[in-house]
Amino acid sequence: MKRAAPLLLVLCGAGCGGSQSVAGRDGVQGALIGGLFDVFLWTTAAVYLFVLAYLALALVRGRRHRRDRAGAQGEPAAQAERIWHIGLIAFAGATALILAGLTVATWLTDRALAEAGDAAPLEIEVIGHQWWWEVRYQDPVASRIVRTANELHLPAGRAAHITLKSTDVIHSLWIPNLAGKQDLIPGRIADLSLHPLRTGVFRAQCAEFCGLQHARMALDVTVETPAEFARWYDAQLVPPPAPTGGAALAGFALFQNRQCASCHAVAGTPASGMVAPDLSHVASRRTIAAGTLPTTRDNLMAWVADPQAVKPGNNMPKVPLTEAELAALGAYLETLK
Amino acid sequence: MTSEPQFTTDLEPLPTHAFGHRSLTWWGIVAFFLIEGTAFAVAIAAYFYLMNQDQAWPPPPFLPPDLLAGTLFTVLMLLSEVPNTIAKKAAEHEDLKPVRRMLIAASLIGLALMILRAFEFASLNVLWYQNAYGSVVWLLLVLHTAHIATDWVDTLVLTALMHTKHVSGRKFVDCAENAVYWRFVWLTWLPIYALIYWLPRLAG
Amino acid sequence: MTAKKKKPREYLRDGPDFTGAPLHEKLSETWRDGPGLIGWIKSVDHKSIGKRYLVTAMVFLALGGVLAALMRLQLSGAEQEIIGPDRYNQIFTMHGTTMMFLFAVPVMDAMAIYLVPLMLGTRNTAFPRLNAFSYWMYLAGGSLLWVAFVLNIGPDAGWFSYTPLSGPEYSLGKRIDVWAQMVTFTEVAALAVAVSLTATILKKRAPGMTLARMPIFVWSILVVSLMVIFSMPSVATASGMLLSDRLVGTQFYNSYEYGDSLLWQHLFWFFGHPEVYIIFLPAAGFVSEIVQAYTGRRTFGYTAIVLALCATGLLAFGLWVHHMFTTGLPRLGYAFYTAASMAVAIPAGIQIFCWIATIWTGRPRFMVPLLWVIGFIVTFVIGGLSGVMLASVPLDLQVHDTYFVVAHFHYVLIGGAVFPLLGAITYWFPKFAGRLMSERLGRIGFWLSFLSFHATFFPMHIVGLQGMPRRVYTYPAGMGWETFNLISSIGAVVFAASVALFAVNMLLSLRKGERAADNPWGAPGLEWATASPPAPYNFAHIPIVADNSPLWNEERPVAYGLRVEDREMIVTTAVEAWPDVREPSPEPTAWPLIAALATTVLFVASIFTPWALVIGAPPVAAALVAWFWPKRHHEGEPVIE
Repeated sequence: MKRAAPLLLVLCGAGCGGSQSVAGRDGVQGALIGGLFDVFLWTTAAVYLFVLAYLALALVRGRRHRRDRAGAQGEPAAQAERIWHIGLIAFAGATALILAGLTVATWLTDRALAEAGDAAPLEIEVIGHQWWWEVRYQDPVASRIVRTANELHLPAGRAAHITLKSTDVIHSLWIPNLAGKQDLIPGRIADLSLHPLRTGVFRAQCAEFCGLQHARMALDVTVETPAEFARWYDAQLVPPPAPTGGAALAGFALFQNRQCASCHAVAGTPASGMVAPDLSHVASRRTIAAGTLPTTRDNLMAWVADPQAVKPGNNMPKVPLTEAELAALGAYLETLK
Repeated sequence: MTSEPQFTTDLEPLPTHAFGHRSLTWWGIVAFFLIEGTAFAVAIAAYFYLMNQDQAWPPPPFLPPDLLAGTLFTVLMLLSEVPNTIAKKAAEHEDLKPVRRMLIAASLIGLALMILRAFEFASLNVLWYQNAYGSVVWLLLVLHTAHIATDWVDTLVLTALMHTKHVSGRKFVDCAENAVYWRFVWLTWLPIYALIYWLPRLAG
Repeated sequence: MTAKKKKPREYLRDGPDFTGAPLHEKLSETWRDGPGLIGWIKSVDHKSIGKRYLVTAMVFLALGGVLAALMRLQLSGAEQEIIGPDRYNQIFTMHGTTMMFLFAVPVMDAMAIYLVPLMLGTRNTAFPRLNAFSYWMYLAGGSLLWVAFVLNIGPDAGWFSYTPLSGPEYSLGKRIDVWAQMVTFTEVAALAVAVSLTATILKKRAPGMTLARMPIFVWSILVVSLMVIFSMPSVATASGMLLSDRLVGTQFYNSYEYGDSLLWQHLFWFFGHPEVYIIFLPAAGFVSEIVQAYTGRRTFGYTAIVLALCATGLLAFGLWVHHMFTTGLPRLGYAFYTAASMAVAIPAGIQIFCWIATIWTGRPRFMVPLLWVIGFIVTFVIGGLSGVMLASVPLDLQVHDTYFVVAHFHYVLIGGAVFPLLGAITYWFPKFAGRLMSERLGRIGFWLSFLSFHATFFPMHIVGLQGMPRRVYTYPAGMGWETFNLISSIGAVVFAASVALFAVNMLLSLRKGERAADNPWGAPGLEWATASPPAPYNFAHIPIVADNSPLWNEERPVAYGLRVEDREMIVTTAVEAWPDVREPSPEPTAWPLIAALATTVLFVASIFTPWALVIGAPPVAAALVAWFWPKRHHEGEPVIE
């Protein structure tokens, strides 16, 4: 890592080790890939400098060449050409050797990546939708399955195995700080292995063009200590508290009677729509609308009031609501922690 | 120009047409074979790719195509190489009467083949929109039909042409090249016949 | 134009008895196009067709460049709302599609159609009417795409249109159908040109020009033509399958009915990877020709370079899965594609070594084309090295579909193809137009382009590593991406201006440039043995060659005896280039245009109804029959009308 420091400086320019950055190397996979990148970067930089030097010398030498006779055309004598032929073979050979070395380094990293995995990883399923992420934490005990959306919590130091599926088009889950990306392809099941090394707050984003709002399909990733993770997980298992207070109750009623409940689910209520993000604990997420807006009451209200203005073309319709209704819904949604 | 030209080679004695790879038309036809052959290879690759997905082939409850029309077609296609070869040799000898006769025969055989082809489509036992198996079987058959139709029209045009006053050495070359194209048409048919009619029966 | 036929053996022929000015007059009369617009439409002259291809391709370059400027405007800051998502998605799709299908390949075709017959010492390509037809098909396909875009039904699923997003369920309307059919048009055009050029290169070389004496550019076009023949049918079939999924309900790409969306990726990239070498190899050919002229020596390592071109052409077909490293295919397969993708750098490296060796051992004159070559080396090698990184699966898993890849391919496409192209246009401009381009404007333009290019695209490597995915119409504030995006956007505007400056230089030089001699650079190739611009017949007498730098010899041996009052060329044997047959060359005709119009109607209508295939086929057949049917009866030696 120390050797990489000057490179990271070069790479980071404005803002090093960001929350959505390959330079982060905050997971086992990311670190392995990062190490390989360093090898490639140094090697290719050296090759490039060599080619530049060769070119520069050629430009200088060429300029200084004296003609044998006026208006001459043709090549230098056969003797001189031989040196160049040898040079060509040496250059081609060196290129082949360097490439072979880089290929071997690649294979070694590939093997290390394949072997990086626990016997008992955390099993998670991520299902891609246009334009949000459905996340399920698997558990053999059905009552311990957690369903959430657009966020991923992981315990530091423990491997996680993510199963990737898609219900519509091809998406790609990319958490650059932790690992490389994998595509979510309809009709296929893919795997992504993660093994976070340290705690932190990261951001993932869809990395395969999936339509109108591809640009706004992000995922909040929180890596926390095992204890904090367990606390979060247990909180997810508990349905949100029943709403109290006039506004929240009114909002709850609206939620059931207007279109909301036909798409969204809230645990412990009749609302069990499966085609949109699960909202049971939406107020405890950092962002809403797949990373588009930070979670505040104002943003929740702005989103509900006109999702098409925030994320044009997304699948949530604009439901006509009065100011009072909006306020009530905002109050209700805020209780979903 | 710095120097005066030195006239070293007289081209006038050269002929103005020649057969086989000495004619530009041949190179055009061969290039066409490579292109269409690649298209067929791609369609065949798609067939195998789809077949190797996790399912039976054809997917139940579909049955493989009936054998009769396709097998009759194949037999007639192979037999048609006889007049085809006679036509080619006659063309190379610039012998007009047999060329005319064979072209008429080829036109009639082409008609019979197109009719058999229609029956083939009707006996595939699957439609193109029912599943990917149906889609790729229809793709292969449609691609091949496009070729046999094109060569048949080509043959009809040449048949007409060789009965006009425009007969010339170059037109005999065109007839010989048309015969070569016909070989491409039945050569590409053989693997497609195997894939459409036999592989689903053997793969089971 | 065709004189009354005398008895055979009394044709007027070129030779020691009929040469010089009287021969020039007769040959010009026989070979020139008719007057006015009709004459231009009926032309089958490769020079005319090459020029119209070039102009059209540059128009599409400009249109694609405007789209790029719009994208960079939208991305110059975070969370901007200058262009909304729907329009932006159309714009980036149109930018890629225009540049790849309507500019990059056609412009190389343009240069090849114009230059190859001149380099080979012949008077026209083989199948000149097919070339004319191909131009009209290209124009029709490009027009279809742009008219649709202007009408707000332009494609919006990316230039490679992955299924199921581009399938019937997720892309409604005709947008993707327009895209898929445009692909059919441009593939037909490119395939037609490839057939014509392959036959020309193998059968119409000057006597004595064995394969080992062909100019390197001609080798590159031969390799590329064969690559086109073996790769384009894949995308044509794939896009046909997509059209049929969308229009008649086939299930090729539908995984719920035993199809597979990954099938599209395999079929597309089987074409898509060779495609980028189809674009690069002619540029490598340009470099070999330019370097030779401006250093006064034959390019070093002719055999090595030719072998490198062939090796690249072959290897290119074994790499396509490197576009699919994130799709979850078996690891063992991926390992092979990593190795193969690395291996393709070796032939490229060999050529770079040879070109630099030529400069080192020659006496370089640093005129504008050589500057472009140097800019190319400096830039393309960076692109090649980032490509080596992308070849490695673990690295690709991080940077695939990010701005790192965008940086890589612009480095290899602009650095590796556009820079040599601009050098080549400058170099051969005196041949095309009879005038020299302005050296001063050329220098300014080169430096402006070179510096602004790096300003635009180098930062993209960094933002990609910093997490910015590609094909996003906006990005959030606070990610640290703003500064580099702004730099790229400013660079892009300057780069666009520099390309505009190049076009201005061309236009000004057409009118006011210094008049050019036959061979202003003292170059060795046969194309420089013609006038600037060449007479309609190219060569008064067919040249004979004895080595691969004919104009650097004192002698000028020629073959003679071709008819002068009818269009005639010779066909030579494929390897040794012995003169073999006297071949008539077609007279100008409007049938290629008519056939192209009929085919256009067929293709466009079939986007709307499959019955168009049935109804539209007879007119196409009729046009083709009319094309080939002899128009008049000629006794004696053949004439093609």
